[in-house]
Amino acid sequence: MKKSSGTKTIKVNYLARVEGEGALYLKIKDRKVRDVKLKIFEPPRFFEAFLRGRDFREAPDITARICGICPIAYELGASYAMEDICGVKVEGPLRSLRRLIYDGEWIESHVLHMFMLHAPDFLGYQDVIQMAKDHPALVQDALRMKKIGNRIMVLLGGREIHPINLKVGGFYKVPNKHEVRALTGDLEWGRDAIIRAMKALAKFPFPDFEYDYEFIAMRHPEEYAIIEGKLVSNKGIDIPLREYDNYLIEEHVPHSTALQTVVKGRASCHVGPLARYNLNFHQLSPIAKKVAREIGLGPVCRNPFKSLLVRGVETLYAFDEALTIVKSYEEPDRPAVEVKPRAGTGYGCTEAPRGICYHRYTIDDSGTILDAKIVSPTAVNQKMIENDLWNFVTPNVDLPQEELQWKCEQAIRNYDPCISCSAHFLKLELDRE
Amino acid sequence: MKKKPKLAVWKFASCDGCQLSLLDCEDELLAVVGEINVANFPEASRAVVKGPYDVSLVEGSITTPHDAERIHEVRRASKFLITIGACATAGGIQALRNFKDVKEFVSIVYAKPSYIDTLNKSTPISDHVPVDFELRGCPINKYQLLEVISAFLNGRKPNTPTHSVCTECKRREIVCVMVAHRTPCLGPITQVGCGAICPAYHRGCYGCFGPKETPNTSSLSDRWAALGVATRDIVRGLRTFNAYADTFRKESETCESEEKVSR
Repeated sequence: MKKSSGTKTIKVNYLARVEGEGALYLKIKDRKVRDVKLKIFEPPRFFEAFLRGRDFREAPDITARICGICPIAYELGASYAMEDICGVKVEGPLRSLRRLIYDGEWIESHVLHMFMLHAPDFLGYQDVIQMAKDHPALVQDALRMKKIGNRIMVLLGGREIHPINLKVGGFYKVPNKHEVRALTGDLEWGRDAIIRAMKALAKFPFPDFEYDYEFIAMRHPEEYAIIEGKLVSNKGIDIPLREYDNYLIEEHVPHSTALQTVVKGRASCHVGPLARYNLNFHQLSPIAKKVAREIGLGPVCRNPFKSLLVRGVETLYAFDEALTIVKSYEEPDRPAVEVKPRAGTGYGCTEAPRGICYHRYTIDDSGTILDAKIVSPTAVNQKMIENDLWNFVTPNVDLPQEELQWKCEQAIRNYDPCISCSAHFLKLELDRE
Repeated sequence: MKKKPKLAVWKFASCDGCQLSLLDCEDELLAVVGEINVANFPEASRAVVKGPYDVSLVEGSITTPHDAERIHEVRRASKFLITIGACATAGGIQALRNFKDVKEFVSIVYAKPSYIDTLNKSTPISDHVPVDFELRGCPINKYQLLEVISAFLNGRKPNTPTHSVCTECKRREIVCVMVAHRTPCLGPITQVGCGAICPAYHRGCYGCFGPKETPNTSSLSDRWAALGVATRDIVRGLRTFNAYADTFRKESETCESEEKVSR
């Protein structure tokens, strides 16, 4: 590699430790970044097309198959949209159970990403298997935390991947008080374990990189928003869900089977843990705020590499909230609210581990789906990832090839990209001139 | 020291859920990687060891011209090729395109259809290359996955039953949802492997493990009709994650043509 002129190419043909298929193309000429393309070659699967003609009650199970890592985001997003159309509210213990299973998905997904996919980058390991040889206690604790997240999924959902117990209106069957209380010991262990682990993670070397992002997340008046709320940003967006399509628009580019999202009249935006943390820090539980401060995170964090720590804060929050729900749970008298179809258009949006996941459906009087639109968080983040790479590579342009390539991969993994979801994603090619 | 067998994981059109099952083996994962060399598993590792591989796990269905070529490379590099999940084994939910015009689908989802390169049909791996074993499920059962890997590495036949979900319900003493609650259930024609979770949670089986050995599909749709299920809903029931599995496909097509005749 030469520092002088000449075209240089970094190629990562198949990005690892992300969910799904993608690649990156980076062109550097005269020590300047000339082009960045996050290529998504995940084959298109056409969910929005084949949902047309299906029954509205089928949407949660069908859309779950968009992503095996965060099926709850799809099952609940679809359910909320249908309930919005039919004028139904799911409240009380049924709503708490929805929060609880989402806490389970956050724990399972965040722990998977933090320890098994992202942490190896900071310590220079190819994967968690190598990392486990030198850090066995950290990895064993992570596996146990992940298992506890999955235990919640299994109890409330029937299984970890594509749970079968969620439906429009609530659940098929609700657990009894004893089954739910039995989670207490595991959740208390998990809450302590994530605090221990975060103190270790906080010592990792974090690249010095910040950006003035437009963060978008949901906000709810009474809680750290996960399942319901309006959409807000730090640059002026404050809208109900039904206004989504007026503010966030999708563009189709040739190098991606995922549609890229931009804020209308502005640029790319950032969704996920960092966005939620920056916009809703005040609504985290006291212990989550306390530990965040102890590991050196203020209420504002603009370093995407530190999303690793923010995921830790959110995992702690999820354990803490799950404990609160588990301790106060009383079995509802029925497992679901009855939902009768009526013609209309409805909206649902939840905070998937990777960020907002938006659903919009139109159904007819018989409940048949006429139109569907689903936007995954990675599709929204896609353009921001390209933007980050552009800004990150510029000051680091003289790093050795292998090191620069790895750092670029790490910068992509900051977003925990779920490419299967987005295509509706990754390979890295770096051209240097 | 005996050389560790090499395992590779490959992805085609899918949701990643089945390969995630391997990472979901929290209690067994470190033991498994102690016995085998995870040589190619991009979702979990940057490191890639060159083939050939002793066992390849293939997730996803074939939906693009490029993937239709790539699967042959995977086959050539693999001693045993095992498909994991409904996509790889039956075409998956994306095989719903097989019943429609894919061009229309592309134009519904994408503003610039010319950027999209896709095949008319989503097809299982066995339509393209010889497959040594097909593991069912949407998603697969992680314990069945461990059983299959262990069987192939030890040169024995995997112990994965092919009988119906009904048998599992009886074994678990789950009350029949169809008999007791008149809830439409695909359990009688669906292969076991999930642990009969849907009936255990008071809902009808939705067939995510695909057809059992010799399923009596027409008897099942008659029974659903007797419960008052409309023909279009029987067709919907058969056309989900294993819609393109032979017996499910034929029965849904039969129901659809009968509906047209009766109109």
